[in-house]
Amino acid sequence: MKDQKREGLSRTVPRQSWTFSPEVNAEIRRAAETGIYDIRGGGAKRRVPHFDDLLFLGASMSRYPLEGYRETCGTSVQLGTRFAKNPITLDIPVTIAGMSFGSLSGPAKEALGRGASAAGTSTTTGDGGMTEEERGHSTKLVYQYLPSRYGMNPDDLRRADAIELVVGQGAKPGGGGMLLGQKINERVARMRDLPEGIDQRSACRHPDWTGPDDLEIKILELREITGWKVPIYVKVGGARPFYDTALAVKAGADVVVLDGMQGGTAATQDIFIEHVGQPTLACIRPAVQALQDLGMHRKVQLVVSGGIRTGADVAKALALGADAISIGTAALVALGDNDPKWEAEYQKLGTTAGAYDDWHEGRDPAGISTQDPELMARLDPVEGGRRLSNYLKVLTLECQTLARACGHNHVNNLEPEDLCALTVEAAAMAQVPLAGTGWVPGKTN
Amino acid sequence: MQRIDLDDVALRELNEILQAQGDDTNQTSWEIINPKGSHALAVGLDAPIEVTIKGSTGYYCGGMNKQATITVDGSVGPGVGENMMSGMLKIAGDASQYAGATGRGGLLAIKGNAASRCGISMKGIDIVVHGNIGHMSAFMAQKGNLVVLGDAGDALGDSIYEANLFVRGNVRSLGADCVEKDMTPDHLAQLAGLLEAAEADADPASFRRYGSARKLYHFDIDNAAQY
Repeated sequence: MKDQKREGLSRTVPRQSWTFSPEVNAEIRRAAETGIYDIRGGGAKRRVPHFDDLLFLGASMSRYPLEGYRETCGTSVQLGTRFAKNPITLDIPVTIAGMSFGSLSGPAKEALGRGASAAGTSTTTGDGGMTEEERGHSTKLVYQYLPSRYGMNPDDLRRADAIELVVGQGAKPGGGGMLLGQKINERVARMRDLPEGIDQRSACRHPDWTGPDDLEIKILELREITGWKVPIYVKVGGARPFYDTALAVKAGADVVVLDGMQGGTAATQDIFIEHVGQPTLACIRPAVQALQDLGMHRKVQLVVSGGIRTGADVAKALALGADAISIGTAALVALGDNDPKWEAEYQKLGTTAGAYDDWHEGRDPAGISTQDPELMARLDPVEGGRRLSNYLKVLTLECQTLARACGHNHVNNLEPEDLCALTVEAAAMAQVPLAGTGWVPGKTN
Repeated sequence: MQRIDLDDVALRELNEILQAQGDDTNQTSWEIINPKGSHALAVGLDAPIEVTIKGSTGYYCGGMNKQATITVDGSVGPGVGENMMSGMLKIAGDASQYAGATGRGGLLAIKGNAASRCGISMKGIDIVVHGNIGHMSAFMAQKGNLVVLGDAGDALGDSIYEANLFVRGNVRSLGADCVEKDMTPDHLAQLAGLLEAAEADADPASFRRYGSARKLYHFDIDNAAQY
């Protein structure tokens, strides 16, 4: 055999395997070295069909637009009109998703409350109970009822403006969570009735009911305890959106919260985040179909979350039939998560701004997903609240801009007919025509 | 004694009346008749009142109770006393699954047997079962005491945290990270108090104590076989 290199001849360029890419091999080596799967925060990082694959058509001969800055385009939405005596009215169709105290710092929860309240919307507790920081600064607070029931008590239940019964979340439908010991300080431990410093498992299913028939009775109990006053949401991960939505309605939900796979988590296995659940885009139409089949669309409100970043994402989700949307990761970014100003510290942690996702380790340079007093102090809750409020208002303005361009005087009047899709996959998932055609895969020939 | 007949009064009205009682109420004794297995009876109470339910109930009887003493002259469905905070629930008959689930305080006394997952995720409640308990009881139990005069089913105390389990009869099997522990004089005194409060006639010295080996408190790949 000739030695090509020695003889100066052309040679085959070294070729990396697509299957065994450098990233894949690095993960194999890391697993072999540590003996533990990768745990991280956030949602799916892989590319999946998303709202970017949809476009608005805008007004044309058959529709006339509304004048920007002049003609009104409403943004308020009422949630919980089915059974609750006191439905929640949001000024904007964007709300803040549940994120736990414990995972997030007290100042971060306060900032979320301040920002949401200033923008006229609600925020949501998480797996760890209700904090005074959040209740005190949230004019509308949704109290999550989770499998772990950490900190659950009837007094907090009654001072909530709504209850969100969490069946699953988009990052890990069918999975629980783990808050590692380094974030379990005395306060977090006390709220959860567990020892300080140990890894805390959040259960994957509720301890006292299984299945939709039980859920109906559980909802009855919660309504009886709260006097049928506040709305009860049921949150599901993007697993089987048609059936999950139908069963939530059957069980008596006022609101269905549907979280696609781009939705974040404080901590779970990367393998779970990337390989379980459906993209948000694929979840909305089946859920809306279930509501329509039951004659409950707009009567039981649908809140969609998972990967919402811009007013365009908001508008597209509403056009597909959602009543409101919810943000988590984007809200944290608005507060300062993954800000390049902390790049030197991200580098010390072996990562870079934009990619930092070890939220469970409690070493967040931005002071958001930590219980370290020094790091926590980096987040000014007043400034953070202002940033979040600004961001929420921009989302709303962007959504209004698109709604006006489509000729609607309320963002909830957006409809699938306002959209087309850039890819066959997106057209099939969103059930809107492929751009330049009248073809809706699976619906028309 | 105030009497409410559930043949005439709706569930909502019953709970509203009972929930309206405050610390200073002079209507401290209530009797509920014709429960007929209704769900969510006497839930969310927060007053030092005594409520007696004459007959069997459905799911979540006495859920999230504070202060009240609720007696059921019958058996109860799943989730009796779920997440109760304080007060006392006395069940004359048997209890279905998840009795005392996630309870944070108070005493749940069951004169009969309790089905599977009794005391699941308990967070401070005391539970005394005069009869037997089913499988997976005290799963992920965090705080409080579970006392069983009879036998315990499979996988008792699986993934238990800091709760104490006292069993007089046989334990079919222990769950992951649950081990038998020493019974100290303090434990015997504590157990005696619980037995007395639950009107159970038994010698504390005849019980064995179980709790957490604390080996699963921090994830370790070498423990993976136990999960």
